[in-house]
Amino acid sequence: MSKKRNIKILMIIISTLFVLLMLVFPLASVLVNSFSKGLEFYFNSLKTEYFFSALGLTCIVTFITVIVNSFFGIIASYLLTRYSFAGKHILATLIDIPFSISPVIAGLAFIMMFGRLGWATPIIDTINSITGWNIKIVFAIPGVVLATIFVTFPFVSREIIPVLNAVGTDEEEAAAIMGASGFTIFRKITFPHIKWALAYGVVLCSARAIGEFGAVNALSKTRGMTFTLPLEIDALYLSGSSDSIVAAYAVSSILVLVSVILLVIRNILEYRSDRIKISVEERAEIKED
Amino acid sequence: MYIELKNVNKRFGDFQATKDISLDIEKGQLVALLGPSGSGKTTILRMIAGLEMPDSGDIVIDGKRVNDIPPVQRRVGFVFQNYALFRYMTVYDNIAFGLDIKKMDKKAIKARVSELLELTELTGLEKRYPNELSGGQRQRVAFARALAPEPGLLLLDEPFAAIDAKVRKELRQWLREMIHKVGITSIFVTHDQDEAVEVADQIIVTNNGQIEQSGTPFDIYKLPQTAFVAEFVGNPVFVKNYNCLRGFTDGDYDYYIIRPEFVEAFKSDNIHFKEIIDFSQKGIIKDIMFCGNMLQVSIDVAGQEVVTHRSMERRSISVGEEMNVIIYRVFAVSGNEVTLLENSFLKEMDLTGRNREKYLYSDDGYFAG
Ligand SMILES: Nc1ncnc2c1ncn2[C@@H]1O[C@H](COP(=O)(O)OP(=O)(O)OP(=O)(O)O)[C@@H](O)[C@H]1O
Ligand SMILES: [Mg+2]
Repeated sequence: MSKKRNIKILMIIISTLFVLLMLVFPLASVLVNSFSKGLEFYFNSLKTEYFFSALGLTCIVTFITVIVNSFFGIIASYLLTRYSFAGKHILATLIDIPFSISPVIAGLAFIMMFGRLGWATPIIDTINSITGWNIKIVFAIPGVVLATIFVTFPFVSREIIPVLNAVGTDEEEAAAIMGASGFTIFRKITFPHIKWALAYGVVLCSARAIGEFGAVNALSKTRGMTFTLPLEIDALYLSGSSDSIVAAYAVSSILVLVSVILLVIRNILEYRSDRIKISVEERAEIKED
Repeated sequence: MYIELKNVNKRFGDFQATKDISLDIEKGQLVALLGPSGSGKTTILRMIAGLEMPDSGDIVIDGKRVNDIPPVQRRVGFVFQNYALFRYMTVYDNIAFGLDIKKMDKKAIKARVSELLELTELTGLEKRYPNELSGGQRQRVAFARALAPEPGLLLLDEPFAAIDAKVRKELRQWLREMIHKVGITSIFVTHDQDEAVEVADQIIVTNNGQIEQSGTPFDIYKLPQTAFVAEFVGNPVFVKNYNCLRGFTDGDYDYYIIRPEFVEAFKSDNIHFKEIIDFSQKGIIKDIMFCGNMLQVSIDVAGQEVVTHRSMERRSISVGEEMNVIIYRVFAVSGNEVTLLENSFLKEMDLTGRNREKYLYSDDGYFAG
């Protein structure tokens, strides 16, 4: 009994030390450093044009990414859980690719496609010449958006798929027998089941989109134009003067703040979706009875 | 015939879930689909509802082939095994759902829902959500929801499976009365023979994706037509060799089935059985089990174990006691054929009046009305 207790205490100590050393101290030092030249300096470094440009772009990119990935995530999860078709498992595996691939490769992949020698470049050029537009992808905002979508697209579907599987198709079939159309079924029956999982997926997706560095770095070269916050921080830091390093910390502190907010939302949502999972389990128990 | 299935086949991949199913159901009947797990009951029900497409064969409802008609237009109500209540809707909204879809006006919906709430004794619970209801209440909501759009046919998949044993018995009676009151043709799935016998007007026994036998509960019980039905229904005891049982001579059969009601066991001084005591043989009580309102007694007769039921009103017995045993009849099985064999002594005996009824159901063997 007391041996068990000792092990427990030991594990608590190890985990706490680990979390402190690996996470809390480093993040705290970011905050401390960001204020090392005083409050005024802190706010001044957040008033630069570069910062506003990066903040604006980060918001836009995150917004578009979340919309696109939610839409895609809902459709993909519905498809993978409600229909059977040849190649379903392959599709499910393909969706997970961004989890296992380095973001830099995602960035390079788009350069291969849309760069100067990319195979899709002539298509874009044709579109541009017909419409008179001037669409640029690589080293422009569309490239940044594409790269961010690429690295975050499994987040929403990975949250929704388990919920759709657990809920099953009974309720949808019951509604179909009574004559409800596919859209009505989705709106009235399916959506209420997945809304918390969707919200959770959106939070994870946003967190990742805001913080993405590798993929965006490969496709974005113009500071003040196509730089997101992580790239701006990198640029500030690399420029080397002690002022700009402190400014890099100041900008970082904003990202840390956003993460903390998202974390809180995430925990609230997790609590909500846990409650839903419990009601699904209750139902499973009834079934086994 | 209100419902007809003609040579319906359904495969899931390599697995043949139903083979050449044909069945007829008359209007207004309450029919049980009875069979072991995996025998294709749910598949049949889902094909009738239109949730599953048969690979071949015809499904006819009310004289119309419905194979290519979507579920709504078949006008069926479906009660799912776990009720599948809409969890994010109140009881009221659950029941009103089918009516909303039909764009009925709000007042008419309200009237219809109230009527159903009353019918199912759920009045007062309309604002609750499904997770705030008991199992029995959920079942009644599912029932009301399925009935709301006034379907011509009600399908129920294991309607009692998710309910605990005590409430189940009450609900069976309730459902039977309710369905007869509404007068709707209904098919319910069950793997519990007691449930089927108690509730249904007609029983269809399924096994391995095929129909074994269809008939009244009485027919299914008394005149099993296949080996499977003889084994599945009743509480059969299997006997390899019945030479040892008096009144029977071994024929060319694979094995025999004896049900508890085929066996009479009495004490040697029992005057009610004095006419036939000569045809009895001795047996030793091996085990006595109390089954609520009667005893289930296992008796060793010449090395063969048989089981009988004994009324609690009769004299008490104890394990190890010697009893006189008479087997009235057995089912003899050969291949898929079932033959009823009567005790030859009793058959030959010129039994009269009251006693005749007591020992034999009729001249030609088994039951007379
Ligand atoms: N969608 C499906 N895909 C593959 N096999 C299926 C599918 N649905 C049913 N089956 C198979 O068909 C057979 C019959 O299934 P069905 O659900 O009709 O049985 P059941 O008689 O209702 O059984 P239970 O009493 O357990 O509910 C089973 O062996 C099952 O595994
Ligand atoms: Mg079933």
